Amino acid sequence: MRTTLPFLILAVLTLAGGVAAMTLRRLVHCALCLTVAFAGLAALYLNLGAEFAGLAQLLVYVGAIAILIVFAILLTRGGDDKAEPSFSPAGAAGVVLAAAVFAVLGWAIVTSGILHQAANPAAPPAPMRSIGLALMQRYVLPLEVIALMLTAAMIGAVILALREKRPQPEQDQRSAQ
Amino acid sequence: MNPLAACLLVSALLFAIGLAGALTRRSAILVLAGIELMLNAANLNFIGFWRFGPHPEELTGIIFVIFAIAVAAAEAAVGLALILAIYRHARTSDVSEITEMKG
Amino acid sequence: MTLPAPTADQIWVWIKDWLVFHTPAPFQPLASILCIVAAIIVVFASLFALTVLLERKGLGRMQNRYGPNRVGPFGILQPIADAVKSLTKEDIVPRSADHVVHYLAPLVLVAASFLAYAVLPIGRNMTAVNLDAGVLFFFAIGSATELAVFMAGWSSRNKYSLLGAMRAIAQMVSYEIPLILSSIAVVMIAGTLSTSAIVDEQARYTHGIAHWFVFTPWGLAGFILFMIAATAETNRSPFDLPEGESEIIAGYFIEYSGFKFALFFLAEYIEMFAVSGLGITLFLGGWSSPVSFLAWIPSWIWFFGKLLALICCFIWVRGTLPRLRMDQLMNFAWKFMLPMTLFVILSAGVWRFLPATIAGSGALGAVVRWLVCAFIVLLPYVTLARALESGRKIEKREYRFAE
Repeated sequence: MRTTLPFLILAVLTLAGGVAAMTLRRLVHCALCLTVAFAGLAALYLNLGAEFAGLAQLLVYVGAIAILIVFAILLTRGGDDKAEPSFSPAGAAGVVLAAAVFAVLGWAIVTSGILHQAANPAAPPAPMRSIGLALMQRYVLPLEVIALMLTAAMIGAVILALREKRPQPEQDQRSAQ
Repeated sequence: MNPLAACLLVSALLFAIGLAGALTRRSAILVLAGIELMLNAANLNFIGFWRFGPHPEELTGIIFVIFAIAVAAAEAAVGLALILAIYRHARTSDVSEITEMKG
Repeated sequence: MTLPAPTADQIWVWIKDWLVFHTPAPFQPLASILCIVAAIIVVFASLFALTVLLERKGLGRMQNRYGPNRVGPFGILQPIADAVKSLTKEDIVPRSADHVVHYLAPLVLVAASFLAYAVLPIGRNMTAVNLDAGVLFFFAIGSATELAVFMAGWSSRNKYSLLGAMRAIAQMVSYEIPLILSSIAVVMIAGTLSTSAIVDEQARYTHGIAHWFVFTPWGLAGFILFMIAATAETNRSPFDLPEGESEIIAGYFIEYSGFKFALFFLAEYIEMFAVSGLGITLFLGGWSSPVSFLAWIPSWIWFFGKLLALICCFIWVRGTLPRLRMDQLMNFAWKFMLPMTLFVILSAGVWRFLPATIAGSGALGAVVRWLVCAFIVLLPYVTLARALESGRKIEKREYRFAE
């Protein structure tokens, strides 16, 4: 089995979305391109036969996280144009570091010899029933822990985002004007 | 090319892109987006290893990805709430301008 | 390969097979897909035209006026006139708008709305893609429409459109939770996420009556909650604040004109049909008939009959109820809908584990089970309604600006 054309197209789409999300000037454009990357990844999962994971990715990332990011951008007035300096020494260092990480990962993949190795026969797509049974039997404890963590995260996010009781001096000035 | 290697290479590239973004961008929201991209790159690895690994019937890769998606959702919610709280306090979401811990 | 003789029930499947059979072999998969896509687009776009006419006529009757009556006999050619008008109108894009996003938003919206039909069983053997995770697919695709709404609202560079988009997204995110939770009860009982398997589960008959989930107490409550959430999800009245024309003119598509505006209009109705179709699939037995002696009527007629009935309900509700306020909308979603859907899930769980028949007591077991599950839904309903009502004082409102 070889790499298929749909996989390549989806991979290019995902990577292009990721690059655009990290380089574009306007924050809202970045968020929209990030959504393209998320959706491309979901399609990659579907392409690889992981139906449930792909649809969950679409539901959570496109339906919830992208919306959250967009809301956060608008609430912090990131929708306005702000000129970010195009070059900075720290930024260049970050790019170099990331390139180094990719070089190491790529070197590990290439030297491991799986590039030209014949692939294992593709797994049959996972039926939904077996995923459900696995979640409810073998992985029921992690599932409960995740539920608890999501509840805690929800409460934490609400408390963090609550408006502070004490009015801030700056806001007083604004309302006085 | 071996499909597993293709998966791993795409995932490594995506991880590097996310890392570069998280390190270079100054908006806190984009730093968070970069971290999300890195998490997603890891998820792609899990799916690839599940699909082309020796024991696909075990479903471990898929289950891990499902849990990782749930954790990422919680992380995004708390992270963005933090950014909102900081913005309300410091009137900026630029990570290089938030330099004071005193408030 | 030979084709079975066509029956009224399977006539469309037969036509598709016949068409595919006569295309050259390498193009057969493509031809099959094209047939299905073309059929879905043509059928639901014409249903859109029909519904617009029905809605304008029906609303006119409810408001004591005639409705459209100029084009053709009784105004039935009005949709064609509307289509010609919107196609020939000038396409105006604001100068400060974000052109690319502004252009993409209606396309994303329409594409996502149509994709949802891929998993709807509109007749026996008439599911476009029989996915193992059909219900999940429906909601995953539906979540893409929220982003399209944001794209439209933000890219127009208009405060009204941005406000409308924010309202729409807040409302859609809030009501998506009861929508999904009420369908979880069905998924729990049916034991599958596949839409056609859910319909098969309901198309069984005892004593000549179908096993539709709406005939169970949790199913009835779940269906009502589902349809309320669906009304909010598709921004229909009384939940049409995102496009409240008296406050923010037309909401997120205020800066769209001509054909793009028509696309938004189309997407709204297409979404409404899709979510009604899911409601029919989950609770109203999909394409199955309610009683076994009517099972000779073709399955697709049953589906579209139910769909038209639900559309008429939507129009009726629109003609009856006034628009909600933003705080009422949010309170209703989080304080009423969410707890009620949780109790519906509890009731469905109890239904699953109570025995349907107790040996030697005839129908008693079924009646007991029905009453217990109905009680589990009704008690929190009464308590919740009382609790939410208690803190509210109804007094004369004072209007500062309008007398």
